[in-house]
Amino acid sequence: MSDRSRLRIVLLRVMVVSILLTLLGRLTYMQVAEGANYRNAASANRTRDVITAPARGQILDDRGVALVTNRIALVVSVDRSELPAKKKGGSLELSRLSLIVGIPVADIERIITPCIYSKPDGTRVKAIDGCWKGSPYQPVPIASYRSDALAQVRRMLKIVEQEENFPGVSVQYEAVRDYPAKTLAAHALGYLGPLSDTDLKQDKYKRLAPGTQIGRAGVEAVYDDQLRGQDGVRRLLVDKDGNTAGVASETPAIAGQNLVLSIDSGVQRAAEAALQQQIAKTRTMPDTSKDRSGNFKATTGAAITVEVNTGRVVAMASYPRYDPTDFVGGISTKKYTELLNAPGHPLISNAVQGSFAPGSTFKIVSTSAAIKSGAYNLKSYIPCPSSYLGKRNFEGESFGTLDFRETLIRSCDTVFYQIALNLWKREGGRTNKAGAPEYLANEARDFGFGKKTGIDLPDERAGVVPDRAWKLRYWKQVKGEYCKGAKRRPKTDPQQRVDQIYCDSGYFYEGGDAMNLAIGQGDVLVTPLQLAMAYSAMVNGGTLYKPQLAKGFVSADGRTSTEIKKVVTGRLDVPAAVRTYITSALAGVTKPPGTAKGTFADFPLGQVDVGGKTGTAEVANNKKAPTSWFASFAPVVHPRYVTVVMVTEGGTGGTTAAPVVKKIWDAVYGLQGAKSPLKNGALPVGMPCVRADGTIASPPCIAPRTVTVSPSPSASTGTHALGLPWSEEARRRQLS
Amino acid sequence: MSGDGYEWATPRVSPVRLRPREVSFRERVLDRSSPLRSLDWVLLVAVGLLVGVGGLLIWSATREHQITLGLDPNAFLKKHAINAVIGLGLGVAAALVDYRSLRAYAPIVYGASCLGLLIVLSPLGATINGAHSWIVLPAGFQIQPSEFAKLAIVVGMAMLLGEKRDGEDTPRDLDVVQVLGLCALPMALIMLQPDFGTTMVFIFVILGVLSVAGAPARWVGGLLIAGVLVGGLVAPHVLKDYQLNRFKVVSNPQIDPRGVGYNVRQARIAIGSGGLTGKGLFHGTQTQGRFIPEQQTDFVFTVAGEELGLLGAGGIILVLGLVLWRGLRIATLATDPFGRLVAAGVVSWFGFQSFVNIGMTLGIMPVTGLPLPFVSYGGSSMFANLMAIGLLQNVHMRSHESGPRNF
Repeated sequence: MSDRSRLRIVLLRVMVVSILLTLLGRLTYMQVAEGANYRNAASANRTRDVITAPARGQILDDRGVALVTNRIALVVSVDRSELPAKKKGGSLELSRLSLIVGIPVADIERIITPCIYSKPDGTRVKAIDGCWKGSPYQPVPIASYRSDALAQVRRMLKIVEQEENFPGVSVQYEAVRDYPAKTLAAHALGYLGPLSDTDLKQDKYKRLAPGTQIGRAGVEAVYDDQLRGQDGVRRLLVDKDGNTAGVASETPAIAGQNLVLSIDSGVQRAAEAALQQQIAKTRTMPDTSKDRSGNFKATTGAAITVEVNTGRVVAMASYPRYDPTDFVGGISTKKYTELLNAPGHPLISNAVQGSFAPGSTFKIVSTSAAIKSGAYNLKSYIPCPSSYLGKRNFEGESFGTLDFRETLIRSCDTVFYQIALNLWKREGGRTNKAGAPEYLANEARDFGFGKKTGIDLPDERAGVVPDRAWKLRYWKQVKGEYCKGAKRRPKTDPQQRVDQIYCDSGYFYEGGDAMNLAIGQGDVLVTPLQLAMAYSAMVNGGTLYKPQLAKGFVSADGRTSTEIKKVVTGRLDVPAAVRTYITSALAGVTKPPGTAKGTFADFPLGQVDVGGKTGTAEVANNKKAPTSWFASFAPVVHPRYVTVVMVTEGGTGGTTAAPVVKKIWDAVYGLQGAKSPLKNGALPVGMPCVRADGTIASPPCIAPRTVTVSPSPSASTGTHALGLPWSEEARRRQLS
Repeated sequence: MSGDGYEWATPRVSPVRLRPREVSFRERVLDRSSPLRSLDWVLLVAVGLLVGVGGLLIWSATREHQITLGLDPNAFLKKHAINAVIGLGLGVAAALVDYRSLRAYAPIVYGASCLGLLIVLSPLGATINGAHSWIVLPAGFQIQPSEFAKLAIVVGMAMLLGEKRDGEDTPRDLDVVQVLGLCALPMALIMLQPDFGTTMVFIFVILGVLSVAGAPARWVGGLLIAGVLVGGLVAPHVLKDYQLNRFKVVSNPQIDPRGVGYNVRQARIAIGSGGLTGKGLFHGTQTQGRFIPEQQTDFVFTVAGEELGLLGAGGIILVLGLVLWRGLRIATLATDPFGRLVAAGVVSWFGFQSFVNIGMTLGIMPVTGLPLPFVSYGGSSMFANLMAIGLLQNVHMRSHESGPRNF
């Protein structure tokens, strides 16, 4: 053997030893140094969690009538990751599917495209309209059908039968929301939507799977936790093909609790019908104002009835309304955009999410402020001329000299102008000095205006109570535009002078501001709900309650029942004598010579005496018809309910809003042929019960011991709806 | 006693004893000149260990799934054992065949292998587990000719380079060119399958044999550089995407997470989670959950890593090392160039193939369809491997006949 060969064999030996050492070294590193990491990966590999969705709780009215239930739907889903990875992206399969479900291929592709996802090369793809908000790895539901729609179910069966032609497409039965009462109380109920990636960042949704249906509006959103129940988790042992090898652990799903609302479907139905009919009727009536022409537009409306001694909401209507069924199985972008932009914004609940100038309904606040200031007392008489400092009464009437009772009954503005100016002077007049008494604004805040009531609904408006600080803040926000305008416009332009004055001194709280506030006009904004709570406090002995839609919960099996306690949020700092005086004065509004006498002329006040206050809030310099209000309570002695009705661009309070209130009282008390769901106008006591067969029994029923609880702290915050294009300022601009 | 003029010499031994002594089987086996005495027992035991452990690992990897399929849970184990027995027979034949006649057989083996490779490319060839390198025979038999081609070129090269020439110890340039020509045909056919892994085995076997034959360094180095250039420059254009991914995935397992990246990741998880002592035979979660495809063949080492841990898997590497070490010892002790070159070729073959196979499961080598010698499930490779061991034994025994004993 040559030396060279010998050397080469030695070389081969060295190579063999080095590769062996390499392999042994790498093996040791993986198994010892990194072993723990790999062991974790191995255990994650071996189990798959299958989430079983709990049945979502029903939503019932106070008597146990179902407003929201579940029904079984046939849901068609597409799993993107299962679509053939051909160049065409499985378009053949999609066009086959398109034929069956009747959705254009382009739409299906859009629906199943995740909003946020990265291409394999790492570039992020911009979200497109109507994209899938859930996890990119999850099947995307594209269509849902009623299981009783036989023709459609038969078509879906084609997908099941020809599975090989529809890779990645699954057809499954799922529970979806059903609305046996159709659109009834839609604004209070809300709707569901899939959990998005951004929602997942919130702590409360951390444990949920992307795409889970969660409450997006109304009580569905606020009480999402209780309604949803708890996901069940089956941890399966699986092999790599997903074949189940056994069950590692199992946590059964816990069905959501049934939510019992204080809403009474009978009163609610009457309120919605009355509001809708009145708006339709008003739209046929010619607007006789010299500033406008044509019929009243009566664009939007709200009606709300609360129980004065508990804060429970008995009815809450908003016009226009939407159909929550549109959201079942996912709402199309087109439909959603339509709803967002439709006239009157049907997705907005005007009772809590809209704020408006309250007009003369605000005069109970002004009256109380006048007396508490010490400048007036209950025996004061004040002249009611047809105009004061150039500001006229609504129809230019003059009534000589009136006491507060007469003033409220006839709703004389000029009396309040004098009072406002007087109080303004006492406060220091044209000053921005901090700490001035601000009689009117302070009284308004005492009644609960300018801050959220804390109702268990999302996106409540706080409204505006304009005072000196507010005026200054607002001026700082908007003066830029005015100062620019003052510079740009020629000196001959009258607008230049207006701009210049606002730019220079717009921060002053003028006497005119106080006069506007005293009659509920100008910058003051309130929600119909706030007004209802303020009137409740006025007539119930001075207690401000947190308004609540939820009365309590009954577990799915009926074994536990909880009732939510009433919550006091404040006490009116108004002497009892003043409250009694105002309450009794308001009782006169429905009778001659009151501003609502016409409407209540045919009402059996002898059976149920009704009080109230009309409001006719002028907006936009009379370019629009005034907002029509009627805030009412019944009965006059020991009042039980307050009802507030509001119609924008609706005309006077007495002619447009008051008739709606009257019909609601008819429904509550079963007057004038209306069949009342309530016994003697009283709400049912106690909670509905779940019978053994799962059906619901009305109270009184043999219920398990009911526990009373305080409302959960989350109840007032709720989920924000999908970024509604709505703000205080937007509303202000629209109205003024 | 001399009266009749005849004196019968009294035989010192009886006539009976003149005939060869009746020896017992035991004596025959233990005789100094018995072929069994001159076998490399260490090599044999090492190979036996590998085949035996291989059987256990294959059993563990297939048992559970066979049950779910409603098939015989021991089917793979049985076939592995049958393969080993047939392989043993072939190995014994290879060990006992006369050296000289081996040279006569070499062209036949070579020709048969090339024919087999051609058939693979014809419509008779079949694709199994993504590799178009099979011939399917009736009665459920399959042959992978490329395994036998490895054997053929080892013997062929040893024959070409082992011819003694006067005064010449080392191959001339012409010999090298001849060798390359010899290997070109089967390599080209394998490249056409395409089987990149086996092609690489060929290259290393050629390098090993040429090198030990004493070929000039310029040839060895030149071939090495040419190989790297071909691999680096030509391969990216010739190889298909899935093949390139197998290289890329070594450095970045995120590539192709549903394809080869998946295999690599699952293999690493299996081995890494085995730890020092493993999860116990039949108790590997990755293995029993069948997270690793082709686990009884190309990825059999992951079963060892997961279920037997560092002790078991490291033991397999050490025993493989022992086989290679004995092979190199046989090359050193060989009395003629032919035997030495055969041994060098076999060691290069097993060494490279083991490194690539184990390396890919450890994530340091690209994924190729190369089995782990003796351990992986598969008839063709088992037959070829055991025949190669038979050849090593053949060389070893011949070294004993004429060479010094060097135990």
